[in-house]
Amino acid sequence: MATRQTHILGRILVAPSIVLLFLWMIVPLGMTIWFSLLRYSLLDPGSESFVGLLNYQYFLTDPAFFTALANTLVLVGAVLAITVVGGVLIALLMDQPIFGRGIVRLMVIAPFFVMPTVSALVWKNLLMHPVSGLFAWVSKLFGLTPVDWFTDYPLLAIILIVSWQWLPFATLILLTALQSFDEEQKEAAQMDGTPPLAFFFLMILPHLARAITVVILIETIFLLSVFAEILVTTGGGPGLATTNIAFLVYAQALLQYDIGGASAGGIVAVVLANIVAIFLVRLVGKNLDA
Amino acid sequence: MGKIELVGVEKTFGHVGVIKGVDLQVEDGEFVVFVGPSGCGKSTLLRLIAGLEDTTGGRILIDGVDVSDTPPAKRGLSMVFQSYALYPHMSVRSNIGFGLRMAGVPKEERNRKVEAAAAVLNLTAYLDRRPGQLSGGQRQRVAIGRAIVREPKAFLFDEPLSNLDAALRVNMRLEIARLQNSLGTTAIYVTHDQIEAMTLADKIVVLNAGKIEQVGSPLELYDHPANLFVAGFIGSPKMNLVSGAAARKHGAATIGVRPEHVSTSPTIGEWEGVVSVAEHVGSDTFLYVTVPDIGDITVRAVGELALKPGAKVFLTPDISRIHRFDRDGNAVRN
Repeated sequence: MATRQTHILGRILVAPSIVLLFLWMIVPLGMTIWFSLLRYSLLDPGSESFVGLLNYQYFLTDPAFFTALANTLVLVGAVLAITVVGGVLIALLMDQPIFGRGIVRLMVIAPFFVMPTVSALVWKNLLMHPVSGLFAWVSKLFGLTPVDWFTDYPLLAIILIVSWQWLPFATLILLTALQSFDEEQKEAAQMDGTPPLAFFFLMILPHLARAITVVILIETIFLLSVFAEILVTTGGGPGLATTNIAFLVYAQALLQYDIGGASAGGIVAVVLANIVAIFLVRLVGKNLDA
Repeated sequence: MGKIELVGVEKTFGHVGVIKGVDLQVEDGEFVVFVGPSGCGKSTLLRLIAGLEDTTGGRILIDGVDVSDTPPAKRGLSMVFQSYALYPHMSVRSNIGFGLRMAGVPKEERNRKVEAAAAVLNLTAYLDRRPGQLSGGQRQRVAIGRAIVREPKAFLFDEPLSNLDAALRVNMRLEIARLQNSLGTTAIYVTHDQIEAMTLADKIVVLNAGKIEQVGSPLELYDHPANLFVAGFIGSPKMNLVSGAAARKHGAATIGVRPEHVSTSPTIGEWEGVVSVAEHVGSDTFLYVTVPDIGDITVRAVGELALKPGAKVFLTPDISRIHRFDRDGNAVRN
């Protein structure tokens, strides 16, 4: 963009894509906001009327909302903790020259390619099932009572499934970061007599800080809206034990046929996601500078 | 004390022999430079001494103690890396003091030592900066500071100046020489730059293909190269090497004569040739003269010499300064 003419030309050329992207975002958002201000029930079509912020009032004072909010935060936090810690450890392991490294890497990445619904079904029916599941079989092998995961520890079960899905992503990002660690720096640390644990905490972890930040930011975006795994396994229950905000919105719209209430819930979810994003960016985003 | 001794040291990677039996004595306080073409094994040899590579055969002794199986940190050596290898997330202070911190030196003593080292290296104003905020020369000095603060038995330098620009390189070369002189610590320095080798070393070790070609003081190597390799490697511009009839006349398979030991004359001389290029660098003039049956001869003449390319010139080598080599390339002593 050397001259004024090419500058203007450039703006004209990118304008269509900007307009398209803008419409793409603003039209659904605008419609959702509009719906959230209506009394709009699928059981009573054609009777829409403007009710102001009444939908928000109902949604935010619903006790289910706070349960769902807490569940969402626990789910996101726990999965982040498991994937980051586990990802660092697995990445460290995979960075070692081991036999069959190519195969191992492929296997570790595989869960990421499995669809959420499929993996949730696999976990539900083949692994965590209290009668025919692998875990139950192992428990019985040791003479223990099998755990009925989705009845006794429903949220933990969901956390395990989602962590299993996101661990490969964290591992992959952290492994590439690990491989960019300067060999001479490692040797300098060796000359300085750094013991392994100190080397990990004082050299490797600071080196990984930026990659960990990226993992946390990207995973948070997706984990706030975990849905398929819940629908397929617990359906938000027992009670509200595994209902997160995304599932609550779904339940509002398609189980109670309340489009207005669901839209209000959707907007609340958008606001919450932005709050979380602002916190995250302020908390860890400084690692992305420089 | 820092006396380092190598006895028959060997290193192979797979089936490739990189170091093929090296014997060497480095006296306490000596500045030894390993020099050689790229791939000759000089860096590997340094890394063997540092303990960053395991020897395949032979022994390494520091102050008479066999350290062949001792981990790097326990050998009491410190190393300055080519890329400096500073810790990017730590301040200059932490970088310099890291080795002491790992050795469990209490904080006050550590700070005192770091500040003393920083004062020597003019880094006091930069102690709280990160390496990323420093220039190349300053980073280099931090790397040196990290080495000296541990008061090692010997410094190991792995081509430390190769990332600096020409002017800074000359400055840092002087600084390293001065520092080593005042500390009196043994130093082993790897370089491919023979000017660095000549100016810094008490003792130069010329390596080629994993073997030592010659060990000696800079002038010893310059005046009495033991073989054709050393003769061709040490000195800039390179020594003229002439074989064939012109060499047989002097009773050798090959003779070598340095550019500054060839005199020019417009009228009379041993070899007659035509100037192909004349480089005027001010103090000197380098003439590249094509002599029929002998080849290109480089001549270092006075700066005022006004010979243009294409001019005819007579060359005479200084008989007393001729180096004679036998058929195997070894020097023939008179």
